[in-house]
Amino acid sequence: MRIRYFAWLRQRTGCAEEEIPLPPGVRRLSELKLWLANRHPRLGEALAAKGVVRCAVNQDYVAEDIELSDDDEVAFFPPVTGG
Amino acid sequence: MIRVQHEPFDPGVELARFVASRTDVGGIAVFLGRVRDRAGDTPILAMTLEHYPGMTERKLAEIEAEARRRWPLEDTLVIHRYGRMMPGEPIVMVAVASAHRHAALEACSFLIDWLKTRAPFWKCEETPQGERWVEARTSDELAAARWERRSAASSGQSPAQSSFS
Repeated sequence: MRIRYFAWLRQRTGCAEEEIPLPPGVRRLSELKLWLANRHPRLGEALAAKGVVRCAVNQDYVAEDIELSDDDEVAFFPPVTGG
Repeated sequence: MIRVQHEPFDPGVELARFVASRTDVGGIAVFLGRVRDRAGDTPILAMTLEHYPGMTERKLAEIEAEARRRWPLEDTLVIHRYGRMMPGEPIVMVAVASAHRHAALEACSFLIDWLKTRAPFWKCEETPQGERWVEARTSDELAAARWERRSAASSGQSPAQSSFS
């Protein structure tokens, strides 16, 4: 799967994107977040704070704890500030 | 029409082109957003807009389609830039054409309000003290939410960003 980070979350992980196989034991978005929090502790801090990190799966906003598959693109970013 | 681009654009040229394409439209509303040279007391030297290629176009197309569902519009144009910009440069332009002014004005307001809270763009300001990411504002969420109430039952759109966990 492909994981993408934007804005200051990208600065926290030190990478804009990474390709990883769906980690063992990870089936849902909440489980992926925990796994990524371990991999990138500074991302983990942001994920732990409520309402700071938004999430998109396959380029659509996702609020629910959906099930993931190996060919998903999952993105993490702060609230948007365009316009 | 949706355009997401790095290059600067000339709002006058864009508006002239938008107007020239139709002679049967009476009302045209335009919003132009530019880089400010200060935020409160802090001088802004430049601004960089990051976006999520692919998702940006997709969200803008959804917002445009929603505007066309709600108002009788003849034509719409949304141009949004990304990359580094200097104060005074245009960031975003929304133009809406309708036979009637109220539809044009309301749809223009709706488009920029929803764009601000739904299109995946992030602003980073350069100040004399260094770079800083612009934080989302509650006032923008409220501005977007006022269009939410009107269609609460109908559209089946994604929920406002503020409700995401």
